[in-house]
Amino acid sequence: MPNLLSKRKRGLLDHRGLWLLALPALVVVVLMQYMPLPGLIIAFKNYNYGLGPWKSSWSGFSNFTYLFTTGVAARITYNTIKWNFLFIVLSHSLAMLVALLMNELSRRSIKIYQTIFFFPYFLSWVIAAYLGFALLSGDRGIINTLLTRMGRDTVIWYAQPDAWRVILPLAYLWKHFGYIAIIYFTALIGLDPQLFEAADIEGANRIQKVFRISIPQLKQLVVILVMIDIGRIFRSDFGLFFQFTRNSSTLYPVTDVIDTYVYRALLTLGDPGMAAAAGLYQSVVALVLVLLSNKLITKLDEESRVF
Amino acid sequence: MSKRVNSSNFFIHILLGAIAVLCILPIVFVVSISFSDEQDVLKNGYAAFPRVFSLEAYRMMLKSPGQILHSYLVTTFVSVVGSVIGLTLSSMVAYVITRKDFKASRFITLAVFFPLLFQAGLVPFYIYVVKFLKLKDTLTILIIPYLVIPWLVLLLKGYMSKIPKSIIESGWLDGAGEVSIFFRIVAPMTKSGLATVGLFYFLNYWNDWWLSLLFISDKAKIPLQLLLQRILSNAEFMRSTLFQSVGVDIDLTKLPGDTARMATALLVAGPILFAFPFIQRFLVRGITVGSIKG
Repeated sequence: MPNLLSKRKRGLLDHRGLWLLALPALVVVVLMQYMPLPGLIIAFKNYNYGLGPWKSSWSGFSNFTYLFTTGVAARITYNTIKWNFLFIVLSHSLAMLVALLMNELSRRSIKIYQTIFFFPYFLSWVIAAYLGFALLSGDRGIINTLLTRMGRDTVIWYAQPDAWRVILPLAYLWKHFGYIAIIYFTALIGLDPQLFEAADIEGANRIQKVFRISIPQLKQLVVILVMIDIGRIFRSDFGLFFQFTRNSSTLYPVTDVIDTYVYRALLTLGDPGMAAAAGLYQSVVALVLVLLSNKLITKLDEESRVF
Repeated sequence: MSKRVNSSNFFIHILLGAIAVLCILPIVFVVSISFSDEQDVLKNGYAAFPRVFSLEAYRMMLKSPGQILHSYLVTTFVSVVGSVIGLTLSSMVAYVITRKDFKASRFITLAVFFPLLFQAGLVPFYIYVVKFLKLKDTLTILIIPYLVIPWLVLLLKGYMSKIPKSIIESGWLDGAGEVSIFFRIVAPMTKSGLATVGLFYFLNYWNDWWLSLLFISDKAKIPLQLLLQRILSNAEFMRSTLFQSVGVDIDLTKLPGDTARMATALLVAGPILFAFPFIQRFLVRGITVGSIKG
């Protein structure tokens, strides 16, 4: 009887202990993530800085009407999806290729490659912008210096939108492919060696083993990682489009994505209502996409579900 | 047979080596520019190797390190305080999430991970911080938003759910409360996991420019990344902040400009550059565990 009593008492105390452990994190999440949510009504207001979100006058759907009838929404949505889609295809292809190649070499000799490929992921886009500037600066950049030496005209890269159709994917790849390559590589070295031994006995060559064993074995992982990325296709890597382009306005036709538009509408153009409307549009579509991709992933693999 | 393997390995090395060189070349350029002579760079452009070697950019900056040194302090403070608090809060809540026998853990999980699904977005957040919290130009706003990062909580949860239930139960039998079980048993048992996640927190703070871009305009509170961004986007800002104590009688155009910019970038990226080979192991483990399990 006293045993039971102390158990119950302990049960109560235990719960208090667990709540105590969870509470600080919950406070932070509520403060930073939940409290701003009511502010979404700004999307339906003519926002006035003096009056604040509650007292500003209602504007109904006019912010949305503007975005969708003037072609702004179409342009930034198109840029966002186009770029992200391209980035997903390129980065996963290159990462897979590199992972397969690394898998052919001895573990010792790939150490240096792994370090170099992975490293850019941990440099900020601000630093990356410096690296880009060293190459692309109009007056003295490495590329223009080379062009001059070859007797060609120099190019003002930061005012040449078409060039960025190539520069943006390269910059994205530089920063991100190593991260994905490492995930694929880790999965490859985790494959059951018996699969390859059996293939050796049957006289399979290296290329056959890659196409018959390695790639099929990784198919599910690829699908899952790509689905996760597609779930995020409505959100952009703001640093790439803002910092790496040095926020050059000449480049906007190519580089303006939803995130940069929201930022500019809020802080440069001073139109919080419009910015909030574009942001809400993004959040809602992103929600649908994440739920869809998560549903598909769950269907494929119960283990990797997030929700 | 083995000869063929060797020769194809050779081609693989060529291919991977070429990609590696392309990855690293921009960094080499920045290093080279920072060690170049300013006048030579102005006349002949940047080069892969310094044509005229000079330490002038670094010398000038060390002579009047004012703003850089200050920003270093800001960034270091934010990164250290932020990652210590962040790691503590997230590991505590991660542990609670692993406790399936605790009824509220499902609710807590949902509360922590819901932001992955839906966020208010920039505008409500910005106006909330500026107008209601009134945290513009404070170090607090550089810290709080990144204290609980969902995917790092997920990563911690992965490490902690590996601890056998019997060990926690033995803690109960010894009469320990949940809080002390966490600090005395669970945390020490997940040391390498905590180190990994702590690193991610630290790098996240060190590399962040987003929060300062939004909320910091006071020069006394500019962290390194924002300082760098301003220096790159505005040559005037660069000369006035990097060389503020040089004196007004000096011809500003004679001061190192481009070379000093690149030197500053290297001083900011430096710590990561040097630490990376040593911390890489942890980061790789975190990413592979996180992506495959998460």
